[in-house]
Amino acid sequence: MPDGAQPILDVRDLKTVFLTRGGEVHAVNDVSFDLRPGELLGVVGESGSGKSVTMMSLIGLLPMPPAEIRSGRAIFDGLDLLQADDDTLRAIRGARIGFVFQDPMTSLNPVFTVGFQLMEPLRKHMGMSKAQARARAAELLDLVGIPDAAARLKDYPHQFSGGMRQRVMIAIALACDPQVLIADEPTTALDVTIQAQIIELVKDLRRKLGMAIVWITHDLGVIAGIADRVMVMYGGQVVEQAPVRELFSDPQHPYTRALLQTVPSLRGKRAERLRVIEGQPPVLGAPPAACPFRPRCGHALERCGRENPRRLAVRPGHEVACFWDPASGGERHA
Amino acid sequence: MRDDPPPRRVLVEVRELQMHFPIHAGILRRRVGAVKAVDGVSFDIHEGETLGLVGESGCGKSTCGRALLRLYEVTGGRILFDGQDIARLGPRELRAMRPAMQMVFQDPQASLNPRMTVAAIIAEPLDEHTALSKADKLARVYELMDAVGLSRDFANRYPHEFSGGQRQRIGIARALALNPKFIVCDEPIAALDVSIQAQVVNLLEDLQERFGLTYLFISHDLSMVRHIADRVAVMYLGKVVELAPRDALYNAPLHPYTQALLSAVPDPDPAAEAVTERIILEGDVPSPANPPAGCNFCTRCPQAMEICHREDPEFREVAHGHHVACHRYNEAEDEFASAMATHEARERNQQGED
Ligand SMILES: Nc1ncnc2c1ncn2[C@@H]1O[C@H](COP(=O)(O)OP(=O)(O)O)[C@@H](O)[C@H]1O
Ligand SMILES: Nc1ncnc2c1ncn2[C@@H]1O[C@H](COP(=O)(O)OP(=O)(O)O)[C@@H](O)[C@H]1O
Ligand SMILES: [Mg+2]
Ligand SMILES: [Mg+2]
Repeated sequence: MPDGAQPILDVRDLKTVFLTRGGEVHAVNDVSFDLRPGELLGVVGESGSGKSVTMMSLIGLLPMPPAEIRSGRAIFDGLDLLQADDDTLRAIRGARIGFVFQDPMTSLNPVFTVGFQLMEPLRKHMGMSKAQARARAAELLDLVGIPDAAARLKDYPHQFSGGMRQRVMIAIALACDPQVLIADEPTTALDVTIQAQIIELVKDLRRKLGMAIVWITHDLGVIAGIADRVMVMYGGQVVEQAPVRELFSDPQHPYTRALLQTVPSLRGKRAERLRVIEGQPPVLGAPPAACPFRPRCGHALERCGRENPRRLAVRPGHEVACFWDPASGGERHA
Repeated sequence: MRDDPPPRRVLVEVRELQMHFPIHAGILRRRVGAVKAVDGVSFDIHEGETLGLVGESGCGKSTCGRALLRLYEVTGGRILFDGQDIARLGPRELRAMRPAMQMVFQDPQASLNPRMTVAAIIAEPLDEHTALSKADKLARVYELMDAVGLSRDFANRYPHEFSGGQRQRIGIARALALNPKFIVCDEPIAALDVSIQAQVVNLLEDLQERFGLTYLFISHDLSMVRHIADRVAVMYLGKVVELAPRDALYNAPLHPYTQALLSAVPDPDPAAEAVTERIILEGDVPSPANPPAGCNFCTRCPQAMEICHREDPEFREVAHGHHVACHRYNEAEDEFASAMATHEARERNQQGED
């Protein structure tokens, strides 16, 4: 992927808040990132760190209220998605930006055949005739590796296994040749064997179709195998972002470092005792005034309780929001 | 091999265990078949050890774990617990055995009564099986809360006020209340975040050491099982296809299913990922109501031979403590010898790295 290429998606200072009976929940706090054509950006972090809400904010899939986008912009192909009206968003969603969620059963409609659900976007967004759409739908099912594709168009979602349903979801997401595919934990509910099938499929589709992908997961193993770049989220913030190899070989943020150490290894040396991150992730009732990871951090400095660190580049393309410097073991000097 | 574990007493001896669920159909609800969720499974669990039980979802792990605790009327086979066949015990004798065998569930949310306080939840087994005074009961509840790392201040709170990891601690405290010998942990960390999983696994290990507990640890997380288990059993479609000491299983898996399962786990290392060739299994697990003829794995096995479609392979011990049910290891001594050579080469490598 060319480094200097114009981003296809450019998100700046996104803030999303939920207004709940218990008060405000600050789910996304000044998130900025970009996505370049054809690249796969991995997004990792524990549950509640704001991964899904960030992506849903972009494509207008959050219920408002309770959600409210307080600020930010998200430029997709010259257009600010956060300012776009419903019709514009609807036209983009499912056509130029495709998405796949963790549980295909919640996004597939149980009362319509898979063929109908595949043909609908083709007719709506691409203006295809019924016959054209049917032919293309069969092609798509075949593309995602469903045997006997043409015959299966008339089957309902429950007639497919979990792995096959996820393939159907991917086929629907790809129907209109999107420039961007957002995949939110697409393999989390699947067995490793089926996950391996889906990952191979996505790698193969990328080679063939060349769309940019945002892949959300909490599994660092999955990320290592597919991502070009990774952003690590915590407390609704991007705490680190780096090319995939650099993130694993030279993690800077104590949270990234801890995450890498708490997962037991399948093939490497077996540790007698697992490393832990004490405590649990925060639910933020207010925008973080200090570093949100500080209460769980083994390296917190005095300053971390007073200020929320800004994200700074430690090397080109590698940014971290942390006052602590792993190289010196003391405070980072810009 | 180098580190043979010392021979230990067998606490749970399972022989030819079967658990079939009937399938009924029609207005008369006639029995038309059966889901063979567990179909002829044999293994031992030694006192003080952790036996890992792995396999894809639907292959019968939970059913097997629940059957061991006699939470079902089993279809066939024996379950010797401390020498007594609990598959055949009557209700009264079974009740007397219950305290020794407990379970920790996957979903702490669903397994805790939302209307009971933490203290009441943990005390429930004490109410049922002991005649302790109220004061003694509370003392025991506090002791258990200390043991699992829950502050005593939380005794009067309700489950929804806790995080997933804390709820799992409540479930573990309840399981410990009656001083069990044996605990079936059914996916105890599957619903938890990675950072919290490590906390709960460390707790389970500490408790095992402190109280001499024996675990059946059911999980689909092969890396975590490698961490916690002493020996590992691999299930596929109602059968144990391989059973071996941990290092033998992970370094030299014999069954093609075990090989594929391990190969599918992604490596948290981009450099390794770039060069890894995975064994990608095709398709899904067949229905246990209608398993294939011959070996259950033959429909997906990349190494299936003609015989595999005809004959169910026998579950045999092919090396000390290493059992496998696969035709490839029946006659072909050389298959086995080459697998062991790989294993030994890998062990040498690992020693070199240390
Ligand atoms: N509908 C909602 N109402 C209130 N809070 C919500 C809602 N949806 C998400 N949140 C909160 O937003 C935060 C971020 O959630 P999410 O983006 O789903 O996390 P992730 O995808 O990283 O697991 C969490 O604290 C979550 O509780
Ligand atoms: N109570 C039941 N009645 C009928 N079928 C069941 C029952 N419990 C489990 N099964 C079936 O038995 C098989 C094994 O299930 P289970 O033991 O839950 O597998 P695992 O824990 O490995 O995912 C599955 O096909 C499941 O649908
Ligand atoms: Mg999410
Ligand atoms: Mg289960």
